[in-house]
Amino acid sequence: MRYAEIGFDLEIDLSRGSIDRVETDPTLTKLHLGGLGANAKILWDRVPPDTEAFSEDNLLIFSTGLLCGTAAPGANRTIVTTYSPQTRLMAYSMMGGFWAPELKYAGYDKVIIRGKSPDLVYLWINNDKVEIRDASHLRGKGAIETAECIRAELKEPNAQVSAIGLAGENRVFFASIEQGRSSASRLGVGAVMGDKGLKAIAVRGTKDVNVARPAEFMDLCTGVMAYIKDREAKPVPGVMPIVAGLGSPQEMKLVDEEWHTANFMWGNSRTRRKELTYTMAAYSDLDFGFRIAQRATEYGVDGFSAPQVMAFALELLEAGILTDADFPGMPADSEGRFFWLLDRIVRREGIGDVLADGVYWAAKRIGNGAEAYDHNTIKKHEQLPLKLGMLNPVYYLMYATGEKINITQIEGQFPQSPFPTREEREEFVKDWIHVPDEKFKQYLLDWEPRGEKSNPYYPTVEASCDIVDWQEKMHYIDDALGMCAGLSSFPLKPPYHIHNYPAFISAATGIDIDESELGQIAKRNRTLLRAINVRRGMRRADEKPPEDHWKRRFPELEAKLLDAYYEMKGWNNDGIPTKATLHELGLDYVSEDLEQRGVIGNGQG
Amino acid sequence: MGKVKKTIKSIKIVADKCNGCRACELVCSAFHAKPRYSSSNPARSRIRIVREPLRDIYLPVYAGEYTASECTGRDRYIIDGKEYSECDFCRASCPSRNLFKEPDSGLPLKCDMCEDEPAREKPLCVEWCINDALLYEEREEEVDEAVVAPGDIEIGVESLIDKFGLQQVLDTIARASKR
Ligand code: SF4
Ligand code: SF4
Ligand code: SF4
Repeated sequence: MRYAEIGFDLEIDLSRGSIDRVETDPTLTKLHLGGLGANAKILWDRVPPDTEAFSEDNLLIFSTGLLCGTAAPGANRTIVTTYSPQTRLMAYSMMGGFWAPELKYAGYDKVIIRGKSPDLVYLWINNDKVEIRDASHLRGKGAIETAECIRAELKEPNAQVSAIGLAGENRVFFASIEQGRSSASRLGVGAVMGDKGLKAIAVRGTKDVNVARPAEFMDLCTGVMAYIKDREAKPVPGVMPIVAGLGSPQEMKLVDEEWHTANFMWGNSRTRRKELTYTMAAYSDLDFGFRIAQRATEYGVDGFSAPQVMAFALELLEAGILTDADFPGMPADSEGRFFWLLDRIVRREGIGDVLADGVYWAAKRIGNGAEAYDHNTIKKHEQLPLKLGMLNPVYYLMYATGEKINITQIEGQFPQSPFPTREEREEFVKDWIHVPDEKFKQYLLDWEPRGEKSNPYYPTVEASCDIVDWQEKMHYIDDALGMCAGLSSFPLKPPYHIHNYPAFISAATGIDIDESELGQIAKRNRTLLRAINVRRGMRRADEKPPEDHWKRRFPELEAKLLDAYYEMKGWNNDGIPTKATLHELGLDYVSEDLEQRGVIGNGQG
Repeated sequence: MGKVKKTIKSIKIVADKCNGCRACELVCSAFHAKPRYSSSNPARSRIRIVREPLRDIYLPVYAGEYTASECTGRDRYIIDGKEYSECDFCRASCPSRNLFKEPDSGLPLKCDMCEDEPAREKPLCVEWCINDALLYEEREEEVDEAVVAPGDIEIGVESLIDKFGLQQVLDTIARASKR
């Protein structure tokens, strides 16, 4: 018997209409755990590097994490992986909710989709019974509406449904996959789903997920539950309320929280307005925010990209690069304009067709100076609308090198800014059991808001690399286990950390693993992802945060940071993993392939 | 019939505090797995959440008695603007729905307050509800002397009889006992 994982994937070829249940190789679990790591392995092995996002050969993988479906609190993530139409690199977007556990209960670790269906279809996975069903009656329906329709027609209120809206059907480059109250939004995974002619995947499962050492595993879970209660009762002092507790910051959980209202930029990421609302693009109020967010969710678009794309279009109009003729019939008021634009984009009508490719590609197509207004993308993808003052070396590295291309899925654990007083720092490190090494406490103790030991030169280059490495490692582990970052890699002092994870994994799977082995797996997954993107042409030149992300930039320091980070990772100075590194991680097949393609030279590392 | 003192275990369900996290479902199914905690599967849980996030409905319901036939009339309730079916509040393992039945055998499930041997002092679902939506209470009551409550096997057999008829069940038991 396999523990924690099921040991079977569902392989669907929509071109041929075939459905296969395929046993997976258990040795891969030891090498990659599951989730993101397993997806990366599949993408490397099975999708040739020149495959276009909208190609029959591109795979769309819905993976559960290794711990999903067990009693481990918070193990719920679905990891969606494919090649992104927008960045043209590997996309891995994730969602919470109950879809992944349900898939495990149905008897599968992953659903791997190839090909394209000539007609719109949806997939119905009901334990052993799997059907490709007609979805023509769902064409044009909202993502949430679709889920409701499917549950009703299947008479299965407990089915979990992932679905796309109009944006996905029309291959909008920033289309999302919506599910429950969560969504896999980033990098256009919804567009690939639409390209495959797949409207939704509904799942119902009533089988067991087994663990190897039940009593031990349950003790660990109980410990986490107790820690959560205790931690929630003790918010971290001296930081904004939103980051003081556990979980991902929910904007509406604390209605007076400053974090989102005071930090983010409005419009096309231009100005900062300290008011209580989240409708940053339209400069409007909360009521408008809810109304347009609801429509955008039904259409299925990414909440970072979509508002910025629309604001970008309006900036071009104001600048005279686009004209009124490009916006026929657009209302005059700000709110009306945003609704109008959203409707055009998801239908790919007129200017909407250009904008539907996202800011980077739209700017290229429009030309005439439009590219100067593309000021908030990295690797061709819209970032969080944030612009800051002083360069923070840790964040510089995370923005530049993050393969997720989304800062919130890279950062965490280490405070975002220094505590003002030594006493506060001493207090903070007292119960900081989460650090992988005592030196991290010293980094924090010495970090000052002002003076010699402050940003951008402190944390030092070396310390910055260490901090990034730790944060990244935790995210890579979470993404392989399917753990919610809100209980692990994202908040300060979380219940899961590098010291208790090995015990969880061992008790759940029966595969004995220690801290250094777990670190090695995280590194293997991280490096494989890098190799996939390198094979598709990504290089150092692409690792560039937006020009004005910080007002104060330090080119020399930034170059040093990147050099040191690459070196620590075992990559060459162009961000390409060296032969020696790949060998150490058991990835010789990767270096052979990269060598054949001339990406790494013979004499190299 | 004489009166005796009895400890009544009960759980106060503060539905207003439930956020639909389903931790209670998960841990209940793990508790009743054989061996204990060896698997999880919410479909086997003896507490289920009626969960409709879009309508802001999160309602924990415990598995109660087995019933052979569904009700004829089923009313609908509107509470604070939210509409519920009568079944949403009902604890029955009932032919009208899949709830509270073993997924493989279809045998009825019933909350036993975690008294399955070795028994726990307190219900596990209560301990795992970090939102305090489930609160455990004990009280003493005078009750009529022992009408013995039917055990799991008895309820199971009764449901089999309802489903297949007495003769078929007897035949099957006779066959099985010869094996
Ligand atoms: S679930 Fe309960 S209320 Fe509904 S039909 Fe069955 S017995 Fe009646
Ligand atoms: S009290 Fe025990 S048996 Fe009853 S629902 Fe809760 S966990 Fe399950
Ligand atoms: S554990 Fe509590 S909050 Fe979570 S679903 Fe159960 S009753 Fe609701």
